[in-house]
Amino acid sequence: MTSLFLAFTNYDLISAPVWTGLSNFRKMFLADQKFWKSLGVTFYFVLAGVPLRLAVALGVAVLLNKKAKGIGLYRAFFYLPSLLGGSVAVAIVWRQLFSTDGILNSMISSLGIPFHFPWYGDTRTAIWTIIALSMWQFGSSMLIFLAGLKNISASYYEAAVVDGAGSMQKFRRITLPLLSPVILFNLIMQLINSFKSFTECYVITNGGPLDSTLVYALYLYRRAFEYFEMGYSSAMAWVLLVIVGILTLLTFKTSGGWVYYESGKAG
Amino acid sequence: MGINASRAARGTGYHLFMIALSVIMLYPLIWMFFGSFKEGSRVLLNAGRLLPERWTVAGYVNGMKGFGGIRFTHFFGNSFYYAVLSTIGALASSSFVAYGFARIDFRMKKLWFACMILSIILPYQVLMIPQYVLFRKLDWINTFKPLIVPHFLGVPFFIFLVVQFIRGIPIELDEAALIDGSSKYGIFPRIIVPLIKPALTTVIIFSFYWQWNDFLGPLIYLGRPKLYPVSVALKLFADPQSLTDWGSMFAMASLSLLPLFLIFFLFQRYIIEGISSTGIKG
Repeated sequence: MTSLFLAFTNYDLISAPVWTGLSNFRKMFLADQKFWKSLGVTFYFVLAGVPLRLAVALGVAVLLNKKAKGIGLYRAFFYLPSLLGGSVAVAIVWRQLFSTDGILNSMISSLGIPFHFPWYGDTRTAIWTIIALSMWQFGSSMLIFLAGLKNISASYYEAAVVDGAGSMQKFRRITLPLLSPVILFNLIMQLINSFKSFTECYVITNGGPLDSTLVYALYLYRRAFEYFEMGYSSAMAWVLLVIVGILTLLTFKTSGGWVYYESGKAG
Repeated sequence: MGINASRAARGTGYHLFMIALSVIMLYPLIWMFFGSFKEGSRVLLNAGRLLPERWTVAGYVNGMKGFGGIRFTHFFGNSFYYAVLSTIGALASSSFVAYGFARIDFRMKKLWFACMILSIILPYQVLMIPQYVLFRKLDWINTFKPLIVPHFLGVPFFIFLVVQFIRGIPIELDEAALIDGSSKYGIFPRIIVPLIKPALTTVIIFSFYWQWNDFLGPLIYLGRPKLYPVSVALKLFADPQSLTDWGSMFAMASLSLLPLFLIFFLFQRYIIEGISSTGIKG
């Protein structure tokens, strides 16, 4: 049990530097342009990236939820990027994928039109290369969806077919409601994780151009370990915690409207 | 016949689509792998080309030389060293703490458990700075200790995973062991550990894999090139000012992914089960 208590003493040491005055917060909210910029970038990244990633994950999971040859192989292929996605090696390849003379541009060029769009150099597209990288890692959400889909009893679908439902109707009226707890779970996990993303932006764009990919975690890192403003960055970390907490709570609160729990079934 | 034919056609269409999607998903990785066999200066001249014009292993030979007089094998050694040690720590502490949570009653257990769950959700950034301040006071900066020791104090996520697993084991087994004269401390190694092997395997896989990929931790705590793990070394290697030889860059990047590939193909079953049942972020 000692280890347990030590794990929690760690915890308490953390809160010590946090409550040092309100001036950090005042500076952050009133004077720090970059704080608001990074917050905006992060929200853009999260609000565009998370729904897209979940939609792809759900779509592919539905496609994989059948008995056919090769399913295991496809599943492995789709999941592999999520496993490797956080590594620096992948971020470096990603840099090449979208660079001016990179893979994507030379592929478009090979169609006949010379194409040298600077995906990272443009403030409008730079964040989308990062979003693309996060979408590429839809695998873990996909696996969770797949596990959820496997739990839906086939009898529902059989009954729906008897009632003359088409495949779109089956998806909307049976799959989505019965899967909604899993969707909620995935949504919250992805929300929390997206707010934390750091390595991608640090390695691929390092926040540029013009701070268009300066996500919150990256800005926090700079404040802490490049400017060594530990107090300020701690304050930022707590603001992050509050934001994530509020968003999670909001998601839970609104979930009553769309999440459906099968009655009589625990969990 | 007609129905069969259309079903077959649909099946083929399905597989074509899935294969196309697989190729799109894996293309960047495949490209990197072949890129590592290209001649260093020619990798980016024709980036759309997948296969090398002329195959060469020069990238691997040059890449291994590393930079600043430190060979790349040294960085790999660093990564292995602290990934393995912290995995051992995570395994030992998490399983032991989880046993406590799952089987032993103590005061304010619910509160402690709630705290632990909360700390899973807590963003790393919140812990990062106070931890840094603490480790600085302990004079642990530029050692591997900040990256290893916390794992010996329990990793909340793994504790949660193992607790869930232990709860699935019938309590009657514990009771039988108690009657046979085993103590609470005896039950753990004799009864629980053998039964939670699948959960422990999941812990080993993910702990190793997270540590191997960890970038922020080493970036903060390790300031000397001699201590760099592969992730940080790769990032420095890839900094545009210092780099022209993309062949060796991709060679080292491919090598850095190799252990992860091996783990994936050897333990695919555990990984997929681990994610499906607990929602670990892969």
